[in-house]
Amino acid sequence: MAPPSRFGDKAFEWLTLAMAMAVVLLVILIGWQLWRGSSLAVQKFGFHFLTTSTWDPVTEQFGALPFIYGTLVSSFIALLIAVPLSVATAVYLTELAPLWIRQPIVSLIEMLAAIPSVILGLWGIFVMIPWLRDYPFPLLKRFFGWTPFFSGPIYGTSMLAGGIIIAIMILPIITSVSREILRSVPNLQREAAYALGATRWEVTRIAVLSYARKGLFGAVILGLGRALGETMAVTMVIGNTPQIAASLFKPGYTLASVIANEFTEATTDIYLQALFEIGLVLFGVTILVNLIAQLLLKTLTTTSTTRAVQ
Amino acid sequence: MTMHSSRADNHTWRKIMNALASATTFVSALLVIAPLGLIFFHLLANGASSVNWAFFTHLPKPVGEAGGGMVNAIVGSLELLAFASAIGIPIGVLGGVYLAEYGTARANALLRFVADVLNGVPSITFGVVVYGLVVLRFKGFSAYAGGLALGLIMVPLILRTTEEVILLVPNGYREAALALGVARWKTIVYIVMKTASKGIITGILLALARVGGETAPLLFTAFGNRFWNHNLSEPIAALPLQIFTYAISPYDDWHRQAWAGALVLVTGIFCVNVLVRILTRGRTTSAV
Amino acid sequence: MVNLIMASPDPAVVEHVERPAELSPTTEPAPPLTFQVKNVSIWYGEKRAIDDVTLDIASNAVTAIIGPSGCGKSTFLRCLNRMHELVPKTRVEGRVLLQGEDLYSSTVDPAIVRRRVGMVFQKSNPFPTMSIGENVIIGLRLNGVRNQKFLNERLEKSLRMAALWDEVKDDLHKSGTSLSGGQQQRLCIARALAVEPEVLLMDEPCSALDPIATAKIEELIYELKAQYTIVTVTHNMQQAGRISDFTAFLYMGRLIEFGSTTKIFTNPSQKQTEDYITGRFG
Repeated sequence: MAPPSRFGDKAFEWLTLAMAMAVVLLVILIGWQLWRGSSLAVQKFGFHFLTTSTWDPVTEQFGALPFIYGTLVSSFIALLIAVPLSVATAVYLTELAPLWIRQPIVSLIEMLAAIPSVILGLWGIFVMIPWLRDYPFPLLKRFFGWTPFFSGPIYGTSMLAGGIIIAIMILPIITSVSREILRSVPNLQREAAYALGATRWEVTRIAVLSYARKGLFGAVILGLGRALGETMAVTMVIGNTPQIAASLFKPGYTLASVIANEFTEATTDIYLQALFEIGLVLFGVTILVNLIAQLLLKTLTTTSTTRAVQ
Repeated sequence: MTMHSSRADNHTWRKIMNALASATTFVSALLVIAPLGLIFFHLLANGASSVNWAFFTHLPKPVGEAGGGMVNAIVGSLELLAFASAIGIPIGVLGGVYLAEYGTARANALLRFVADVLNGVPSITFGVVVYGLVVLRFKGFSAYAGGLALGLIMVPLILRTTEEVILLVPNGYREAALALGVARWKTIVYIVMKTASKGIITGILLALARVGGETAPLLFTAFGNRFWNHNLSEPIAALPLQIFTYAISPYDDWHRQAWAGALVLVTGIFCVNVLVRILTRGRTTSAV
Repeated sequence: MVNLIMASPDPAVVEHVERPAELSPTTEPAPPLTFQVKNVSIWYGEKRAIDDVTLDIASNAVTAIIGPSGCGKSTFLRCLNRMHELVPKTRVEGRVLLQGEDLYSSTVDPAIVRRRVGMVFQKSNPFPTMSIGENVIIGLRLNGVRNQKFLNERLEKSLRMAALWDEVKDDLHKSGTSLSGGQQQRLCIARALAVEPEVLLMDEPCSALDPIATAKIEELIYELKAQYTIVTVTHNMQQAGRISDFTAFLYMGRLIEFGSTTKIFTNPSQKQTEDYITGRFG
């Protein structure tokens, strides 16, 4: 039996509800705007948009395949580099490191997370790329040049550079989420393993990591979501050439980068619409990936004290 | 797991594995924080000398000419953040209050989910959306558009941090206030939010630090401006935007200034983070 | 839109503003009031927590509610000022009549109920962001009272009634949490008294306190009953015996026996009561 609420109570509840609903409105707004802005292009190119690799503003031929390829490959490279490092670091911080060292390292990682993408890109252009061009890339070419991945001339700006810079950007998030997951493994599991005489590493391996598998996978997917959307740093080091090539030394182009680079230069309607459509594809993909990540991580979300309902 | 049958050998092997694991993971940790050190080093090495009085007080010089500064970009960023806050803070805080205080478990879980997913959407998407909404409609880039794009990014960020902090306020305080006959909404505003105020503010500061460094959403909303912005419906300069423009240009002098701008931007962001750390010092899991 | 932040003061409070404030607690007892519970049952979802309880709370006296843990004592207490409604899925049947007025009628605002029937909780909870002084008068302030002189007078009066004035009068600006446990609880009592309720409910007010602090609170309760009608839940039978005039024994949500404390403790009518009092079960 609900008693009559005073005007103030009801008004406040409605006000805050309206504000909370803003997130739903926001998603709808984004979807609608992207759809509206790309409708002509969708009509004209249809599904082939996703499978065509020509991107030629002059002849008004637009296909997203090079960017899809670039996004996927650069993200994959980033995960390949970042995931082992991040998870290992998370393991170190939660299980193996001496207590005094944990907080300083965590703080440093948080600082890395706070660095804006454009600054990482700046460093990428003037420090990382020259260094890559002079040392690691020639080495890779020397040893693995017989594979298609490391063949061809070395420019510096490349798919590989893009992957590396994305890796640096996603290290903090994968590390911190992995840490949360490892920390949420109940101590009982660890204690049981210790009681059997296991070493620290064995406890980690047996009791912690297998228990945390699902959550760690969620952390990786979250990192992937972040990688797919990386824009500025990638644009500055990947070379921005719409091509599909096997060699990682060749420049590439991602969905986010092409929008960043060409949006203000889109002179024709169809050009702009094609870019909007790229935005739509990017939106759809990142929503999907983030959805999966959130579902995997759902058990971790903090639900706390009982709330009053009136 | 080992070819030796004696117990002592097995034990040694396990000890070695343990040490190896510790070492490997330690090295991983070092590799993770190494970029931070490198970036800072280069920021200081390349940028410190260029952060001078001229940098903070002069406008950019014409293309190709040496000298000048980024004062319009710094002020522009602050203006954009102010506008973004006007949108992001009210919606985010009040929305977070709703999720923490009202609603049903299921509906709220859904809203939370949507907010978390939004937090993972690339920031350039917000730029594209605001372009369609504002720039096309009003036929021009503007500070309004840039501020709106940043503000929209802030909403789900602040919503989640506010909600988490308010949930930490012990129920005893709500009960005590309600038992005095205080109306529910007053309890929330004057008691609960007041108790959580530090947490709410740190959430806002973190969101500001985050969008203050954003470039992508501004590329085709605020667009950038080599001069002062005199009218919010015109393009406006922003620090990250200026850094980007200079960095990809062919001019050495602009590169130098890009480093300086980067150093100033990072310092600003770090100051906010340090402030947040100070505000949250000594807190346990309670919001008190 | 009405300015809700400084809303017009509640009539019940304004009435008190008009009366000349006194600096020392009044010595004449408050006029008698009727506080009746009639056939009250309380459900949590499907589970019935309180089963058809009827009793009359005596005015200007202390009524203790005793019973083993989980028998519904706190639930019952909270329904006397509609605080149980904060938990979702609760349902109440029956009536609670204060001065003949049904507190559960649909025209009654729960906030007004809670101003007339105040509550002190088991764990003292002074608001952490406020000073001692602000804590005491916050109830008045948030209900629209702005007259600073009146607030100051009520502040002193409430603290005196809670036997805390002398200890904190020079430290009113200090944080509420800087006091000891017993002092904090007395602060919470002062805070509850500041809005001048007619009834004061106390949910195990001493269970978190040491014996000395407990003794002080018990003494306070004894003094307060001249002014207020007090209902207290306690799991400590000796305490009930010490401070209360009437005792209600609840078991498994039912009222087993209700009567004067002396009778309940020396000559209970029900066997269950006797078993509980003598410690055969707890």
